Amino acid sequence: MDMNFSAEESAFRESVRAFLKEDLPHALAAKVRDGKRLDKRDYLTWHAVLNARGWLAWHWPVEHGGTGWTPVQKHIFDEECIAAGAPRIVPFGLNMLGPVLIKFGTEAQKRTYLPRILNDQDWWCQGYSEPGAGSDLASLKTRAVRDGDHYIVNGQKTWTTLGHFADKMFCLVKTDTQVKPQEGISFLLIDMDSPGITVRPIVTLEGEHEINEVFLEDVRVPAANLVGEENKGWTYAKYLLTHERTGIAGVAFSLQSLDHLKQVARDQKSDGRPLAENPLFAARVAQVEIDLMAMATLNLRTLCAAAAGTAPGLESSMLKIKGTMIRQEITDLLRRAIGPYALPFVPEAFDEGYNEAPIGPDYAMPLARQYFNMRKLSIYGGSNEIQRNIVAKQMLRL
Amino acid sequence: MDFELSEERRILRDTAARLFRERYPIQARHDFAASDDGFSRALWTDFADLGLIGALVPAEMGGLGGAGVDIMVVMEEVGRGLAVEPFLASAVLGAGLLAEAGTAAQQAQIAEVIAGTRLLAFAHGEPDSRYALSEVRTRAREDAGGWILDGRKSVVLNGDTADALIVSARTGGDAADPDGLSLFLVAGDPEGVTRRGYGTVDGGRAAEIDLVGARVSAETCLGTAGTAYPAIERVIGRGVLALCAEALGIMEVCRDTTLDYLRTRTQFGVPLGKFQALQHRMVDMCLEIEQARSATMLAAGKLDAPRAERERTLSAAKNLIGRVGRLVAEDSIQLHGGIAMTWDYALPHYAKRLTMIDHQLGDADHHLERFIAFSKAA
Ligand SMILES: Cc1cc2nc3c(=O)[nH]c(=O)nc-3n(C[C@H](O)[C@H](O)[C@H](O)COP(=O)(O)OP(=O)(O)OC[C@H]3O[C@@H](n4cnc5c(N)ncnc54)[C@H](O)[C@@H]3O)c2cc1C
Repeated sequence: MDMNFSAEESAFRESVRAFLKEDLPHALAAKVRDGKRLDKRDYLTWHAVLNARGWLAWHWPVEHGGTGWTPVQKHIFDEECIAAGAPRIVPFGLNMLGPVLIKFGTEAQKRTYLPRILNDQDWWCQGYSEPGAGSDLASLKTRAVRDGDHYIVNGQKTWTTLGHFADKMFCLVKTDTQVKPQEGISFLLIDMDSPGITVRPIVTLEGEHEINEVFLEDVRVPAANLVGEENKGWTYAKYLLTHERTGIAGVAFSLQSLDHLKQVARDQKSDGRPLAENPLFAARVAQVEIDLMAMATLNLRTLCAAAAGTAPGLESSMLKIKGTMIRQEITDLLRRAIGPYALPFVPEAFDEGYNEAPIGPDYAMPLARQYFNMRKLSIYGGSNEIQRNIVAKQMLRL
Repeated sequence: MDFELSEERRILRDTAARLFRERYPIQARHDFAASDDGFSRALWTDFADLGLIGALVPAEMGGLGGAGVDIMVVMEEVGRGLAVEPFLASAVLGAGLLAEAGTAAQQAQIAEVIAGTRLLAFAHGEPDSRYALSEVRTRAREDAGGWILDGRKSVVLNGDTADALIVSARTGGDAADPDGLSLFLVAGDPEGVTRRGYGTVDGGRAAEIDLVGARVSAETCLGTAGTAYPAIERVIGRGVLALCAEALGIMEVCRDTTLDYLRTRTQFGVPLGKFQALQHRMVDMCLEIEQARSATMLAAGKLDAPRAERERTLSAAKNLIGRVGRLVAEDSIQLHGGIAMTWDYALPHYAKRLTMIDHQLGDADHHLERFIAFSKAA
């Protein structure tokens, strides 16, 4: 056992820092730090910077353009990027579909889609959930019926994150309704500009456009866009979800927002003293920091075990539960920290080029909004209740 | 002890409930909130006609009640309706301050507040004061028989539409000193007063107010200069009770909506409510809401008790409301899943208001500290 970073790991951290200092556009980092709305271009800019350095698909195998980094290196990279104010990497193509194609896709699919993901020619979205199929994903109703070289797809997907930016959607569809739900699902790749697709915005509780409904009416999808075998989609879907979940643990995000929380608490006043010195508040911050220290180590333990060959299975559920609880707790403390200045709601202030003075301290305006937005963490990626069910059943055998 | 409402208060409650049920569907509420004023002036007049504003003001001041129970009854319905009208700003705080500290001439304006024709707002909080009641840096100095005000007031609830602001300012003492505080009734924005209005996360309105050499007459001072603190504390106490009651109304809507949803939404072939993990969460939510209700009733009953007992009970209620409010807001969203993350569903708007109540007149931690302080004194 050695709980310290090795000399190579520290050197790697320095090289990541140097890269970020040089190549992460300042205007972009400022936008992220100020909690401004990011548009499609912002994400694409950052992807392109990473891709130029060969670091975009950092968790893919080397032969497909990945880095071959150790779990510790990946952790360091993630931590440094977020700390420097980089936007998140849009996960749909890189973290979700990529690994599925690499493991289950045909050679042709890999050759076509992986480079297009790396070069940002395709923005992917995730077409899993439906109005009637959330936690009970296998009960999905969107139908795909084979018609010669095509599937004809009819149905509705919902909650589709950034679907309004997407060129393509990986989609779970029913191809057999006569069998157990899990055995009749297939995994299809669908062009978003196919005739018959309509994308409608859903406005979230904090007033933003982040998610969508996607309606599919007689959409023709080439049969070559089937991933793996027909009716085996559930296996691929679950494989993808384990990848999605560890990401949601968001250790790097938590470290960064804890840091932000401490800055805010130093700046805010309570009875004429910095809020950071208020014993009640200081105790709350210390407690979440202790949780996060342990959680960051748990995350590394899990990643290292995975690298040593143990597949990230149930541990990803544990990480998702704890990781999201910590992230949500920090956003809660951030909104508390600013006291009455949590109230102002000026959506224009998150637009690029908004020039009016902020209401209250400049860091205050996005915080209540982020608190409400982050409620999603315990709902999506398989809700925290569903994760507990999985752990109870499969790990504890209850 | 008697936990039942009198006949009169039951009628008051039913009147309010009917009005909100019939005239305040959620879409209308969004429209009111999005309008320039941020609320409905037409409904405000109707509320006045039905006695809902008067119920928040003591009878000796021309009101119809003003006891703890009256505040509780009306504000619970305000919460249930998710109303954006200035019940707290104008009636509880504004009229309350005039009643506690105003001169006879100033108190004559209470009738207009009750009639809904005059709007007041309390400009007290400042950029660094957080929730501290006596922390006022805005200064008032005497000049040529009047006063000159300098300072900045922040997040003044309904401060953008108020016909007159009640501004707290220091005429003596240090920044946090309870002594040396004065109140000024400032109407019609004299030169040097600027207001910047904006919407709030919960659909309400507030304003930042700058006072730069603003000259006001001697008659604007409420009562005797330098002695306003006890009145401020008592009126904020009434506001705390009003917020607790509003929160209760909101929490019950959250509970009922979530319960309905668990009974009707099916996943895995059964209603969500069949899952024991969710049943237990629901039970805890109900239990905690009953706790919050009890604490609020206690505070309502002690509103006229001696200072330490009154303040301690109010802080207990606001602390519990803050804690339970977070649980109810978060769990009712969580138990709904994705649907509760959407603007078009009513529940998250209740959750947002409930959360913002913790940011008004002191959050759970602030009131925990006060509770400890007043427990030592009691
Ligand atoms: C902001 C946001 C973005 C999203 N983005 C996407 C996306 O890009 N693509 C996509 O496909 N989906 C997306 N989702 C959908 C997300 O995956 C679903 O919301 C999630 O699976 C939960 O489903 P549901 O909302 O239908 O809730 P439900 O499944 O109806 O669940 C409601 C509640 O019941 C609980 N529950 C359900 N079953 C059980 C059980 N057996 N035991 C105990 N508790 C249970 C849940 O935990 C939850 O608390 C997104 C959701 C959100 C909020």
